Amino acid sequence: MAVQIASGKVAISATINGEPQTWLSEPRETLLEALRDRLGLTGCKEGCSNGNCGACNVVMDGRLVNTCCVLAVEAQESEITTVEGLGTPDGLIPLQKNFLEEAGLQCGVCTPGFLVATKALLDKNPNPTDDEIRWWLAGNLCRCTGYDKILNAIKKTIAETTTE
Amino acid sequence: MTTETKYRVIGTRPVRPDGVDKVTGRAIYGADVVLPRMAHGKVLRSPHAHARILSVDTTQAEALAGVLAVICGRDMPAVSGMAAAGEGGDMNMRYASNNVMAHDKALYEGHAVAAVVATSPHIAKEALKLIKVEYEVLPPVIDVRKAMEPNAPILLEDLRTDTGGVKSETASNIAAHLIAEEGDIEKGFADAAVVVEREFTFQTVHQGYIEPHACAAEWRADGQITVWASTQGSFAVRQQCAAILQHPIGQLKVIPTEIGGGFGGKIPVYLEPIAAVLSRKAQRPVRMVMDRTEVLMATGPTPGAYIKVKMGADKNGNITAAQGYLAYEAGAYPDSFIGAGMTCLFAPYNLKNVRIDGFDVVVNKPSSTAYRAPGAPIAEFASETVLDEIAETLGIDRLAIRAQNSAKEGDWRPFGPPYTRIGHQECVAAAQASAHWNTPLVREGKDGKKRGRGVASGYWGNWDGISSCIGRLNPNGTVSLLEGSTDIGGSRASIAMQFAEAFGVTYEQVHPAVVDTDTVDYNDVTGGSRTTFGTGYAVYKLAKKMQGEIVGQLAGLWDVPAESITIDGSSYSSNGHSATITQLAKLFEENGIHINASITAKGSNLSGAFATHIVDVEVDEETGKVDIVRYTAIQDAGTAIHPSYVEGQMQGGVAQGIGWALSEGYVYDSEGHLKNATLLDYRMPTSLDVPPIETIIVEVPNPTHPYGVRGVGEVPIVPPCAAIANAIHDATGLRLRDLPMSPSRVWEALEKQ
Repeated sequence: MAVQIASGKVAISATINGEPQTWLSEPRETLLEALRDRLGLTGCKEGCSNGNCGACNVVMDGRLVNTCCVLAVEAQESEITTVEGLGTPDGLIPLQKNFLEEAGLQCGVCTPGFLVATKALLDKNPNPTDDEIRWWLAGNLCRCTGYDKILNAIKKTIAETTTE
Repeated sequence: MTTETKYRVIGTRPVRPDGVDKVTGRAIYGADVVLPRMAHGKVLRSPHAHARILSVDTTQAEALAGVLAVICGRDMPAVSGMAAAGEGGDMNMRYASNNVMAHDKALYEGHAVAAVVATSPHIAKEALKLIKVEYEVLPPVIDVRKAMEPNAPILLEDLRTDTGGVKSETASNIAAHLIAEEGDIEKGFADAAVVVEREFTFQTVHQGYIEPHACAAEWRADGQITVWASTQGSFAVRQQCAAILQHPIGQLKVIPTEIGGGFGGKIPVYLEPIAAVLSRKAQRPVRMVMDRTEVLMATGPTPGAYIKVKMGADKNGNITAAQGYLAYEAGAYPDSFIGAGMTCLFAPYNLKNVRIDGFDVVVNKPSSTAYRAPGAPIAEFASETVLDEIAETLGIDRLAIRAQNSAKEGDWRPFGPPYTRIGHQECVAAAQASAHWNTPLVREGKDGKKRGRGVASGYWGNWDGISSCIGRLNPNGTVSLLEGSTDIGGSRASIAMQFAEAFGVTYEQVHPAVVDTDTVDYNDVTGGSRTTFGTGYAVYKLAKKMQGEIVGQLAGLWDVPAESITIDGSSYSSNGHSATITQLAKLFEENGIHINASITAKGSNLSGAFATHIVDVEVDEETGKVDIVRYTAIQDAGTAIHPSYVEGQMQGGVAQGIGWALSEGYVYDSEGHLKNATLLDYRMPTSLDVPPIETIIVEVPNPTHPYGVRGVGEVPIVPPCAAIANAIHDATGLRLRDLPMSPSRVWEALEKQ
């Protein structure tokens, strides 16, 4: 249940990257603002503010969402995975490692969104075709790479997983 | 053509030092800066494209709970004079100040007229609605040719046309008329067997970096200002802020954050001086972040333009004369990179008879700034499609005509000394030898769609500029490499690799970092394809200087003449003594010796980079939609320091070129309102729009760099628009001369065919 306190803020509880979190947000705040400004999870990036670039992608209750288009209050009792929840600097997941080795990033600002979106794809479909990957990632804009090396990193990850 | 055998580190593909932070969400970009007591700033923007500001009433906004301060034009200092501001250009600082905050006139929709600082961004946004601005709306001028008419509404009353240093007597929207001339074009055209003259128009397009502009500033009571900025040049931000704020430059420190793309658009300041003034008023650090609509409306796009090109060739395809008329929209204030456009217009070719007229024209659109090879893609769209038409008329192979007319060392070019060793001929030859060119085109695509193949070449110069670095030998034998060049796409890696090569250590032994303006000496912006060249040159000299210091210290410790010490990789030896750099680092520590060198270096780069692209397209005649089915980019990188990053620059430039060619363009109504200021309506290519892009790196070493490096970042955006237009012609017979070649334009042209 949402608890609204005197300041007009709402107490929100959710499980984020496996940890229970409770914080206060104004009803008008987006989930993106809450993650970045209330919880310090600045891996989510604001690129367009209206769901066109995917830089703010997280997985919320198993669904890939643009957090700029979700209100913080909608996250009540949800389970959220952000880029910070994928792997750690000394324990990168294969997808992160392959983005580095295949030069799948240049400026890096779209990278968290691509990683989260790809993880969501591979969780649903561990062996997608090139077309399926491109279709799934069409909601994530990258202005630096031309997408080629991002695709290489993803395909390498798939190849490594399927041969294991 | 390969460097594998020549170098230890150069030519390998290590992981970038900032990579782990970027794949784990830990890297700090402009909007990620958090400071104690931080407040939030927002900008009120003009709803009119051209209006006089009669009054600004901030009282109601100031009264809103949570608002800390409100400013407008009258709170900004009066500014005059020029300041150096990147890519070798000087900036008129009064114009720059007026662009940051309009003083008396708003010159484009989105022009900043006031700003608020509040305890939250939401409160700041609410307060913007409470600011009352009284405008006298003036007629806008949004088309370059209309702006050049004698009776056009004037944007800047003090602007006079500069023609070769001579100023016009009356006010004009034409800031400059440049002329580049060589030989005798009348004779050249008279000698031609075929002459083609065509007109072209171009819309404004945006750099489209995914990270909107963001900064933070703190103006302390003692007058010290610190600015955190996502920028291509921390020193450029410092210079511009010092001039706009009329503040002593020594009391300004700029800390560069990670930068989420720039492509030239993050050289001018927009928010930084406003954040500083708001911070002074609020007595708190202030963070400011643009939204995407602000980015599209109010930050530097690349100019729209009108271009006319006339070229003549003899019956064998040798170009006899070439003429260009380029009118570029500078936006609200002068400087549209018209000179660069003129330089690049016919750059791939050896021409004896040339005349180019260039016009820099102000219009009621956002003040344009650099975008990856600024001025070149549209200029070469015109020349490369005209040359294609000449080749077709004469029945000459399209790559053959480019090869036979190719510019080479010693040939003339506009505004510059003759070319040094360049690699255009090698690029065309590599295109002719490529798998793509030698694979016959299947002319029918899916569902009977028509396919065509196009080629185009392109040129972009390399800027040298000044770079500063510090190297410190750590006690464990590693080197801390402090750089003034901000890193947009992997330069920490490409610079560390060159240092490692020169210093004789491994890539892993070098720890590069981008540091603030108080830590290193002056450093020019990351732009002009200069960083891997110029900062690479600086670290080469730094490595040699550090080796010299090591030898000097060793001579004392080993009691041998300095000249007797030889260096082999990371080993130093003389007269029975021998030690690796790791052993020496420990020895120096034990003896209280510190190897700590700094360098400020300016290379001399008179060279440049060429590219030749091949593209296959598929045209849907029912909808007018053009799909790219195969793309090969060939480019002379001089020496590819990190081949993966060179390929990445080539592919990224092509992707932006595909967007420019097919889907991107500002749409204005007659009142000068931008109608597509979101990423839904301003269509940048997605992963579905860009095919795999094949890359062929040609290596013709640059004679003015110790490792032969050429700048690689910009030239790959130059050929795509022309190559795609030539491919559409090959598929359909249409010669399209207006960008973007959107489905509606292609469909209409097919209907008229």
